[in-house]
Amino acid sequence: MKNIWKKHGVLERRSILLTVAILLVVSVGGLVEIAPLFYLESTIEKVKGVRPYTPLELAGRDVYIREGCYNCHSQMIRPLRDEVERYGHYSLAAESMYDHPFQWGSKRTGPDLARVGGKYSDDWHRDHLIDPRSVVPESVMPPYAFLSGRELETKDVQAKLAAMTKVGVPYTQDMIDNAKADLMTQADPFAPSRDLKARYGEAVLQRDFDGDPARLTEMDALIAYMQMLGTLVDFSTYEAEAPENLR
Amino acid sequence: MSKRETDEVTGVETTGHEWDGIRELDNPLPRWWLWVFYASVAFAIVYWVLMPAWPGINGYTKGVMGHSDRAQVAQQLQTLRELRGEGAARLTNATLQEIEADPDLQQYALAVGQSVFGDNCATCHGVGGAGAKGYPNLLDDIWLWDGTLDGIHHTLKVGVRAGVEGTRFSQMPAFGRDQLLTSAQVNDLTELVMVLSRGEGDREAADRARPVFADQCASCHGVTGLGDPTQGAPNLTDAEWLYGASREEIRTQIWFGRNGVMPAWAGRFDDETLKALAVYVHANAGGR
Repeated sequence: MKNIWKKHGVLERRSILLTVAILLVVSVGGLVEIAPLFYLESTIEKVKGVRPYTPLELAGRDVYIREGCYNCHSQMIRPLRDEVERYGHYSLAAESMYDHPFQWGSKRTGPDLARVGGKYSDDWHRDHLIDPRSVVPESVMPPYAFLSGRELETKDVQAKLAAMTKVGVPYTQDMIDNAKADLMTQADPFAPSRDLKARYGEAVLQRDFDGDPARLTEMDALIAYMQMLGTLVDFSTYEAEAPENLR
Repeated sequence: MSKRETDEVTGVETTGHEWDGIRELDNPLPRWWLWVFYASVAFAIVYWVLMPAWPGINGYTKGVMGHSDRAQVAQQLQTLRELRGEGAARLTNATLQEIEADPDLQQYALAVGQSVFGDNCATCHGVGGAGAKGYPNLLDDIWLWDGTLDGIHHTLKVGVRAGVEGTRFSQMPAFGRDQLLTSAQVNDLTELVMVLSRGEGDREAADRARPVFADQCASCHGVTGLGDPTQGAPNLTDAEWLYGASREEIRTQIWFGRNGVMPAWAGRFDDETLKALAVYVHANAGGR
């Protein structure tokens, strides 16, 4: 018995063997903590209402990521009393199942944004992004006024949706083919909405988000994205305290 | 180089490594460290038994304590409701008018209202409620929409142009942008609005605009420009301006017709919170 405890010298004196052994030990963590998430059906709650992002929202999400919003804003309401009191129902796994990558974040210089959708008006979002201190005097957020001056890049929107299908987002061929049209429709309150709503649901917000009907800007996309955050799940049909939904 | 030997001074075996005559003693790990390590291993095993831990094929081990973060937060929220207990229950049962009439209950409602206002409404209406350009001042007794206690309560629930069923809705047309009026007509109307509100402005232009006003504006703002709180049409004869008082700002509003949006709060707040908030806003404004 005593000899077994003396045997670590075998590993410690051979760097390659030691590396292999370390990899083996670390991979146990991955196998136990990560792998089950891919096959366990109970990981993601069964909820009604969650859909893939519309092309405009997806473009807005890309702006969100490009500008590094996640560095200061989380999108994860934890199941803690104070957070639920302030932000609303704690976040569900289902709410980020089409997020690649997810935007949970780990830093809250600004508030959590998981349920910011519908909390403020489009005008407020625009004013706030142009000059945060005009509406929140104590804010330390940098201004993003340039977003309303930048035309939204739309030529790669089909490719974006197609790329998302590669990581499991269930965009249909119909959605991919019409991505550009759907994007334009959502930002135009006077465009016929039937096809957009047939593809993404009746609740899709269709309006001129940035208050400048003449142009389609990155501000349009970002506000469209902000205004749907946390609004998808139909909580009237979700039983938070059913055994299969408890964690 | 790798010759293990016993160090003469300490009597401990060396690893056999030597650098410029310096040799490394092969001491065992400190006992205290080793025991902490063993204790951690033991703690982990106990934890696996007690708490949710290992994934399986169809689920995970729940642990004998049956702990769930989500069940816990539901429990804590229930406790919170019980703590708030009496006051919240009285808010639920009393009408808005009864809350205002009862000093104790009003005090309670004001405290709740202030805290909710600071966290949710102040982002637009300002911490004190004084508003800003585009966001109505809630400290005065001038109301775009019904400023009675019940009216405020209703606005809080359904919002203004909030895109939900029953929301308060009206639309100021973009007379210039949408080419409903010519640029000259918009200029004349601007002068008329200036005259109506403070007696300044080009009276000749204002007189030219009167037929246009009667045609286009009077149906909402009234024949004399006094506004109509049932359709959110502001009074044009007072000194309060949502989008600015200057000639240029008035013209911009006639030209582009901005329509502010207030979100509906019925889904975010429970009933007693909405009531408390209505009482708070009503009290701040002086109470119509």
